Amino acid sequence: MSEIRLVDVAMRFTTGKRQVQALERISLTVPDGQFACIVGPSGCGKSTLLMVAAGLTEPSEGEVLVDGRAATDPGADRGMVFQSYSLYPWLSVRRNIEFGLEIKRLPRTQRQQRSSELIHLMKLDGFAEAYPKALSGGMKQRAAIARALANDPQVLLMDEPFGALDAQTRQIMQELLTDLWQRYRKTVLFVTHDIEEAIFLGDVIYVMTNRPGRIRTTLRVDLPRPRTFEMVSSPQFAELRNQVIGIIHEESLKAVESELARA
Amino acid sequence: MGERVPATRTVTASPATTRRRRRSFVSTYLTPKRGIPRRTIAILGVLGFVVILTVWTIVAILTYNKDVPAEVQLVPRPDVVVVAWVDMVLHLGFLADVGWSTFRIVAGFALAALIAVPLGLLMGSFEIVRAFFQPPINAIRYMPASAFIPLLILLQGLGETEKLTVIWIGVFFQLVLMVMDIAHRVPTEMLNVAYTLGASRWTVFRKVFLPATFPEVVDSLRITMGWAWTYLIVAELVAAQAGIGNFILIAERYFRADRIIAAIITIGILGLITDFLFATYHRWAFPYVEKVQG
Repeated sequence: MSEIRLVDVAMRFTTGKRQVQALERISLTVPDGQFACIVGPSGCGKSTLLMVAAGLTEPSEGEVLVDGRAATDPGADRGMVFQSYSLYPWLSVRRNIEFGLEIKRLPRTQRQQRSSELIHLMKLDGFAEAYPKALSGGMKQRAAIARALANDPQVLLMDEPFGALDAQTRQIMQELLTDLWQRYRKTVLFVTHDIEEAIFLGDVIYVMTNRPGRIRTTLRVDLPRPRTFEMVSSPQFAELRNQVIGIIHEESLKAVESELARA
Repeated sequence: MGERVPATRTVTASPATTRRRRRSFVSTYLTPKRGIPRRTIAILGVLGFVVILTVWTIVAILTYNKDVPAEVQLVPRPDVVVVAWVDMVLHLGFLADVGWSTFRIVAGFALAALIAVPLGLLMGSFEIVRAFFQPPINAIRYMPASAFIPLLILLQGLGETEKLTVIWIGVFFQLVLMVMDIAHRVPTEMLNVAYTLGASRWTVFRKVFLPATFPEVVDSLRITMGWAWTYLIVAELVAAQAGIGNFILIAERYFRADRIIAAIITIGILGLITDFLFATYHRWAFPYVEKVQG
């Protein structure tokens, strides 16, 4: 059992004299082994929500529960993957992947066994001893995902992990991730602005509204598993996509209007 | 890596048209930011020195005063300077002066770096430290180290302490702010990832924050080391019993421009050597740093 639950999470910032409500009472539960996606217009606070889930940002109100226990500080139970890869340039790919295991003081042989397995799984064979500078964007992100998985977290938090990749690489990474999920059945909370990505990967999609960020709609994705690339062209996929696009479009328009009203 | 092929040129496959198009001088050499052949770069590099030496020689010949010996000319010829340098090393104990200056540089610089680097790192990572130290350091930074010399002579006399303090002032305040910036630029996400991998604050500091700053800190040491030479020579010119600056001052009293030039060139070479040492260390210690062209 590894579920993550956000309870009435609200977030306020003060910029100058103005108070900005970034998130407004968000509650959601990602049950064990579910792949949940959060989509929303840019600036809706979805990344902030993930930071709160990771314990990296303290919410103004509400709490985060992992398996029913309050999680206030960041920890190894919630692994995170960022858009910017954030690999440590001074460590080899292998040492990057073993970083969390080293902190846990896992014996060397076990560390190496785990990293070798992930290096192979992530198609990084031959790059184990290379520094991140030698890697392409896609490879860097595979290494970063391997680093998070090596730690065997209860929940995997992903903040637009493929946002910086080109379209072709992104697609391959999505297929790889869905295969990985099929294999490890991690509880995943995945933030993206790419609607098709959310539909392709997720069991559930939370569509967020513009600031103040709330969850506007929750959609179940009933596409069969394992997901394959061909499903992207199915009518069911198209229908889901149109539904989400409609909601997001409406929200984006609202955002523009509220900005105009402010100006 | 061989000759760089411009990205815009496409290679045609058909054998009939493989004749290489001749590029004009302008398109080869005067397209902004386009690389030029390696050999041309090497030739131009040498040519720069040749031009300087030629102009120098011409000026020396034009200003030649036949009433005084070659070594007391206001503009001595390059070969006279070389002879003067050998003479300085063999008969005037110039190497001892070089030794003194090098000792002062190394000691003064080390004392500055020893405090500036840790303090800069703390200032870059903890707002509480920055808020306290940055305003005064920022203010002092604009006070030239050389202006402190008379005051330091009053306070400390003419000994080594005064020389080291001048270098310390010149290096410390610049270096501490450079290191602070480096520490401040470490991406937050790099630290955040470590937290989500189960690292404690101390582990994040030791295993992520410090290594993330090292290469740039060494770079900043390399840059400030160059400045240290300037402050040292000024301090030695004002008052010293030994050192390159002191040697230059004495040479001036005897109208020996050849010795002055020889001494200045020696400082330049010493600077190049330290720079080379830092660069070599950097390459050896940080092989993972992505090379930025420049």
